[in-house]
Amino acid sequence: MDPESSQNINDAREAPVLEPGHTLATVTDKISSIVLGRGTSKGWMFGFGISFALLMLFNVAVTYLLVKGVGIWGIRIPIAWGFAIVNFVWWIGIGHAGTLISAILLLLHQKWRTSINRFAEAMTIFAVACAGMFPLLHMGRPWLFYYLMPYPNAMWMWPQFRSPLVWDVFAVSTYATVSLLFWFVGMIPDLATLRDRTKNRAAQVIYGFLAMGWRGSAVHWSRYETASLLLAGLATPLVVSVHTVVSFDFSVAIVPGWHSTIFPPYFVAGAIYSGFAMVITLAIPIRKFYHLEDLVTMRHLDNMAKVMLATGVIVAYGYMMETFVAFYSGNQFDRYMIMNRMTGPYAWVYWLLITCNIVIPQVLWSRKVRNSVPMLFIVALVVNVGMWLERFVIVVVSLHRDYVPSAWGNYIPTRWDWATYVGTIGLFLTLFYLFIRFLPMISIVEMRSLVEETNEESRNK
Amino acid sequence: MSQIFHHSTNVLSRLSIYGGVFIVALLGAALYGIELSPWYTDVHVSREQPVPFSHKHHAGELGIDCRYCHTSVEKSSFAGVPPTQTCMTCHSQIWTNSSMLEPVRASYRDDKSISWTRVNALPDFVYFDHSIHVSKGIGCTTCHGQIAEMPLTYRAGTLYMSWCLDCHRQPEKYVRPKSQVFNPNYEVPANQEQLGRELVKEYKIQSLQNCSVCHR
Amino acid sequence: MSSNSNTPERKSIDLAAAGANLAQRDRKRFWQSLEELSDTKKYREFLEHEFPHDTAKNPEGIDRRDVLKLAAASAALAGLSACTKLPTEKIVPYVKPPEEIIPGRPLFYATSMQLAGVATGLLVESNMGRPTKIEGNPEHPGSLGGTDVFAQASVLTLYDPDRSQTVIHEGRIGDWDSFAVAISNMRGQQSPKGAGLRILTETVTSPSLAAQINAALKQFPEAKWHQYEQCGRDNVREGARLAFGKPVNPVYKFDKADVIVSLDADFLTCGAGHVRYTRDFSSRRALDAPSANPNRLYVVESMPTSTGAMADHRKPVRAGEIGGFAQRLAAEVGVASANSGEPNSQNISADWTREVAKDLQQHRGSSLVIAGEEQPAYVHALAYAMNASLGNVGKTVYYTDPLETNPTDGMESLRDLANDMKAGKVEVLLMLGGNPVYDAPVDFDFGPALLNVKLRIHSGLYYDETGELCHWHVPATHYLESWGDARAYNGTVGIIQPLIAPLYQGCHSPYEILGLLGNDPGKSNHNVVRDYWAGQRPEKDKAFEDFWERSLHDGVMAGTALPAINVAARSDFSKPPTAQTSSANTSAASSDLEISFRPDPSIFDGRFANNGWLQETPKPNTRLTWDNAAMVSPATAQHLNITTGTYVKLQLNGHETKAGVMIVPGHADSSVTLHLGYGRRRAGKVGTGPGFNANFIRTSTTPWAATGLRIEKTGEEYYFAVTQHQYIIDHQGHTSEEESTAAFHRDLIQVATLEEFRANPRFAQDPQEEPTPGLSLYPGFKYDGYAWGMSIDLNKCVGCNACVVACQSENNIAVVGKEQVMLGRAMHWIRVDTYFRGGLENPEMYYEPMPCMQCENAPCEVVCPVGATTHSPEGLNEMTYNRCVGTRYCSNNCPYKVRRFNFLLFSDWQTPSLYGVRNPNVTVRSRGVMEKCTYCVQRINAAKIHSEEANQTIKDGEIVTACQGACPADAIVFGNINDPNSRVSKLKAQSRNYRLLAELNTKPRTSYLARVRNPNPEIHE
Repeated sequence: MDPESSQNINDAREAPVLEPGHTLATVTDKISSIVLGRGTSKGWMFGFGISFALLMLFNVAVTYLLVKGVGIWGIRIPIAWGFAIVNFVWWIGIGHAGTLISAILLLLHQKWRTSINRFAEAMTIFAVACAGMFPLLHMGRPWLFYYLMPYPNAMWMWPQFRSPLVWDVFAVSTYATVSLLFWFVGMIPDLATLRDRTKNRAAQVIYGFLAMGWRGSAVHWSRYETASLLLAGLATPLVVSVHTVVSFDFSVAIVPGWHSTIFPPYFVAGAIYSGFAMVITLAIPIRKFYHLEDLVTMRHLDNMAKVMLATGVIVAYGYMMETFVAFYSGNQFDRYMIMNRMTGPYAWVYWLLITCNIVIPQVLWSRKVRNSVPMLFIVALVVNVGMWLERFVIVVVSLHRDYVPSAWGNYIPTRWDWATYVGTIGLFLTLFYLFIRFLPMISIVEMRSLVEETNEESRNK
Repeated sequence: MSQIFHHSTNVLSRLSIYGGVFIVALLGAALYGIELSPWYTDVHVSREQPVPFSHKHHAGELGIDCRYCHTSVEKSSFAGVPPTQTCMTCHSQIWTNSSMLEPVRASYRDDKSISWTRVNALPDFVYFDHSIHVSKGIGCTTCHGQIAEMPLTYRAGTLYMSWCLDCHRQPEKYVRPKSQVFNPNYEVPANQEQLGRELVKEYKIQSLQNCSVCHR
Repeated sequence: MSSNSNTPERKSIDLAAAGANLAQRDRKRFWQSLEELSDTKKYREFLEHEFPHDTAKNPEGIDRRDVLKLAAASAALAGLSACTKLPTEKIVPYVKPPEEIIPGRPLFYATSMQLAGVATGLLVESNMGRPTKIEGNPEHPGSLGGTDVFAQASVLTLYDPDRSQTVIHEGRIGDWDSFAVAISNMRGQQSPKGAGLRILTETVTSPSLAAQINAALKQFPEAKWHQYEQCGRDNVREGARLAFGKPVNPVYKFDKADVIVSLDADFLTCGAGHVRYTRDFSSRRALDAPSANPNRLYVVESMPTSTGAMADHRKPVRAGEIGGFAQRLAAEVGVASANSGEPNSQNISADWTREVAKDLQQHRGSSLVIAGEEQPAYVHALAYAMNASLGNVGKTVYYTDPLETNPTDGMESLRDLANDMKAGKVEVLLMLGGNPVYDAPVDFDFGPALLNVKLRIHSGLYYDETGELCHWHVPATHYLESWGDARAYNGTVGIIQPLIAPLYQGCHSPYEILGLLGNDPGKSNHNVVRDYWAGQRPEKDKAFEDFWERSLHDGVMAGTALPAINVAARSDFSKPPTAQTSSANTSAASSDLEISFRPDPSIFDGRFANNGWLQETPKPNTRLTWDNAAMVSPATAQHLNITTGTYVKLQLNGHETKAGVMIVPGHADSSVTLHLGYGRRRAGKVGTGPGFNANFIRTSTTPWAATGLRIEKTGEEYYFAVTQHQYIIDHQGHTSEEESTAAFHRDLIQVATLEEFRANPRFAQDPQEEPTPGLSLYPGFKYDGYAWGMSIDLNKCVGCNACVVACQSENNIAVVGKEQVMLGRAMHWIRVDTYFRGGLENPEMYYEPMPCMQCENAPCEVVCPVGATTHSPEGLNEMTYNRCVGTRYCSNNCPYKVRRFNFLLFSDWQTPSLYGVRNPNVTVRSRGVMEKCTYCVQRINAAKIHSEEANQTIKDGEIVTACQGACPADAIVFGNINDPNSRVSKLKAQSRNYRLLAELNTKPRTSYLARVRNPNPEIHE
């Protein structure tokens, strides 16, 4: 089982989802040892240190925000939404891959999902955590956030249910809850494994507590299967619904560049696009540093690359349609909006976004690129950037010149805008580092289920 | 290998799972309770005043009309708190050396206002107008309670938005004949429902519920 | 600019510090270094060096607030959130109730406000004894119910925390009594005839004050009374002296004029009677029917003004060349004395001049030529002559005796004073108001000269540049604090009656100070004024009582208007007096650069510098706030290779000042306009710092226009805060053209010529734009009670900003400061959008006031997650601040972008004196809350309550919104559109009526009446 063997196979599509030669024991050892292994690697310490520093920056930015008010950001009239909403949509989008992989691919019995679904789900939850903060932070008076919840009160007031922001509250919170459950339930058997393998008393108690008394009895297993299936069923519609609702925030409004029926599908596609880009961005270093090339094989990378390519093309179609409809509709405001995107003060952002999201990813058509880990990594990063730019164009560039020219203005992000944005990345990474250190980042159970058949295949070879 | 957890943990865990729901519910109920409690609303909590003025005595026993002191109640948003002069119209004649009234005499002597503690206070973003309510047949006691039986004055209603809306949504439940507005001992008649409906028609009472009626 | 957005915090620290120890330093410095100061050069260094321009670049008002934001934020938590326990409040009744005050009910009193001596009648709203809002006085000829920005904002000056509050003696706190002693000692030392005594005042039109001064002068026959007003009417008077041999006061009747020619006269925004003139002028622009016959306005001016924007034909011409044009025009209309040889401006063709002349002659008796107060005397003389030869005298213009009891040429008067001071002839100088050290021409060296005077006494609202150089500074009373009287543009006397006792012990009116000189010290200003009139009037005792009462109630003294006098125009003034020519016959060398000075449209001569409302008011056309600028035409900018934001040195025969350049479309070429009143050194927290001091290069020989200006780049950049036309700033106007073209392309401004209008009265309405009914997803509202609506006549609006400030005053709108304006966070609920049409060298200019449109299908309402902005049964979009959580979604979804957001804590909660100016019926908004125009819902509610109690319906015109009430042009009309007979319904029924962005199906309640230009068909440009 030398990691090099994966490279021998020149066609990733034929690569197995698990390198042959693994036994149930080796798989379990390999994965659990990452958590239970003695000492913490320097690399981990280093990475964690940096992300934690960024997290602290986030704290500073938020404190200052709460003291001063949202005026510390670059937002203004007419661009009343800036980085906060851009980041919100970006993070939410990233979350999508996890749910898609774990839920939809599970229902479709896609074997290759098994080794990536665990940390994809983790990524989802952390991304949603980051995303969830922005709607709160961007409010003028965040301490009154509960006005958005329907609860009996002395004012006899309800939220205004016609507003997409209220829909958001439900969509995002549901999404967060279900993803969390899904992730946790899926982990229970593995937690039990860790509980049983660790020698450390404290770890035993903690993992034991989380394992909720899992004994692996037949009943447990059948319950476990049903639960995962049910949750998968629950989560599936969410993959579509959440970003649809998020897209309503824009498409319900009358701002040129927002008011468009194409938004829901193209937001969802974009979400999955960025989601998979992020999974690849995370998977590649992890499999490198923890030598998991045999568990997360080229096959996985190849498949994910394909998904990216597919969704990427849908997104491209979305852009084309946006432009086409703007001109076809004959609506002068929409026309101006597109012209302004392409030639206005923010034209460079638009063209950069086109390059990142449409032009560059086309290299994925080539098998060579899909099979080259570094290339994949770069493309994935580019797409991450591109999708962020897309949200910037939608939010800021649409707003900065809408109907009444006298109210046009430019948006210049301040250092606090950046601090908050980078800060959430810090939060995300911090959580992720903790996750890979203290929880099984690959589902032991499911990998073991693969052992048999992969050995079969290899024997037949 | 040895058990990590004692057997009882099973029970505990089950309890905590099911109990969670109830705990949350209880918390909510507690909050709600606090918001309605006198500690929070000051309802029926009589305030410390520089002079222990008794509405019971003046309005109830002596039967002085509300407007004698609260002069602007029919003209202005603000009912008006009587200037010391008003007190002295009587108290320069009677109880002239009661120690209880010394602050009043002092105020009149050295021309310094008495600073009363406000009993019925609304937030600054609420704009209530006495005159229109009075002129539409809403009696003093409807909001201020049985003032004629208050030795020391206290708040009779929560003054919550819901409390206002209750009447604004169905004024017929509270409206009374204009002649009775300033009657501190007015009894709500048995046929209030039907009387109310007539009065609402007669006084052209609108049930205003849009925000800018009170907030602006 | 991202750096900019963060500068406030950083700057604030060193600024506050700098401010503080500066104050300290020159307090101490003051007496140590007079000698050093009295030397001119050193003195200039003192000014330049002690107060480097940058130290005061950003207004401290904001920084002060910055400091306490944390505290305030928590206060916001407590104050506005619905779930906190209310703090216990105290309630403090009167001991003895004052008469006529009903707690909670406002009272209105009539009074008058002077600007450069000319009075405008006002009605002032008083809440529980606090003056809070200024309205125009319909009874007063100078107002007819309208007001201007200055009057609207004056109430803020009353409560200005930086007003001087105590008598100051030699830089230390003194008191009135010791001042009185000092004066009597002075009287003792004075030679009996008082040769060394001088009194310096601003323009005095107050009969009682003039009488008192003269009385005082009687005791000191050799004492002199000087009057100096930087933006006074010297040229008007001198012109009259040229034309008629004696100074007269011209009174114009714009409502009678069909054709008007303005020679650089901005008669709509400043100058005597501008409020009344605006009303008269715009009354001739109401086009009820295509048959209506509007007036035609020709404007020849250097700097684009509101008047220029209203022009049907406008020519940008250097200030110095207007004389030439005047000569030509005069010659054309047959003024014998006119010298047609005068070279005309190359901008103006002979044909154009001829056509204008022809137009004038075709309207003999109904035409009008008016010269700007900044134009040299002989231009005025020419104007008088033209009106005479056009037979307009007695029809569109008549002449009265001067408003001033003692008309003096301020410039010459101040020159004498300065010379005498230098010669050491002046022992005592009593300055009643004014700030000559700041605004005297630089060649007088007034500051250093002043220091030769043994006893210097200054009385003013602020301890300002002049005050700090005086032995005694006596805080003056605000006009809302003391009695007085003043003449309106036509001589009508208005009584100035106080609304409130002086806020500060130290404050005294000129009457009391003069009282110390005269025989009756200690006589109250009320008695002085009243006794004076008791002496003047025929009525006695009871009769006078009644007369006095009535005058106070009406705000005007019946029958005090000055009668028209007959004056014959002389014909031998053709040779302009030399003093003025230097600015006149420059057209020869039109290549070299000209600079012209103008009173600032928002802070005038600097007296309002510390008024945040005015500082933040976007100036007409340029939309500039918090600054003045060296304004140049795009062509000149290109030629000099400078652009907006270039920080330059302006050098004029030996004198120098610095300024930021601003490109202004429609400005005359090779000419620079620099507004007065900025670059104050000692104005207060708000006024110290902003802008550039024009007085450093302004000399007495060329007070308004001078040639030979040299511009030198400093290499630095300067950032302006403009509320519109950002793109002019960015790319020399290219995109601003885009901005404006877009506006027209989108039919935001509807305009036609008179012919087009008569051919197609409904030109403004595009049937295709009307969306098919029932498009909305939600069921429409039914409005069976009142339905409030507004109509704004673009043909009448002169863009004077009175509505903007009035709204700010009525609705407690916060001042945000320069940095925040740069970030696009100005809070004005109504803004006057300005668009250009045509090339940038001389574009047509259009104003469009933008309040909330109060849409019936309001995009903002649907998207608010908490229902903080909702629809009222009367069709208002209500904004409930205490419910708002600040998602700002409503603003994004507002196509008109009329919503304003409190990005930071903008309302000043820390300055107690400012509590006084607030309207008690409007919530003071906190941080993180959206706000917007509500059609003054507080006034609507008050009217409704009143009508309900009286059991009637609201009469048309009973509710007047703040903007409507302030509008001098009567361009804004508000009312019930459910009532077909209401004025607003009638206006909306007019053919010019149109709604903005109607195709969005927002159904705005605010609609506009399209602009109709009335160009001369004979002129083809």
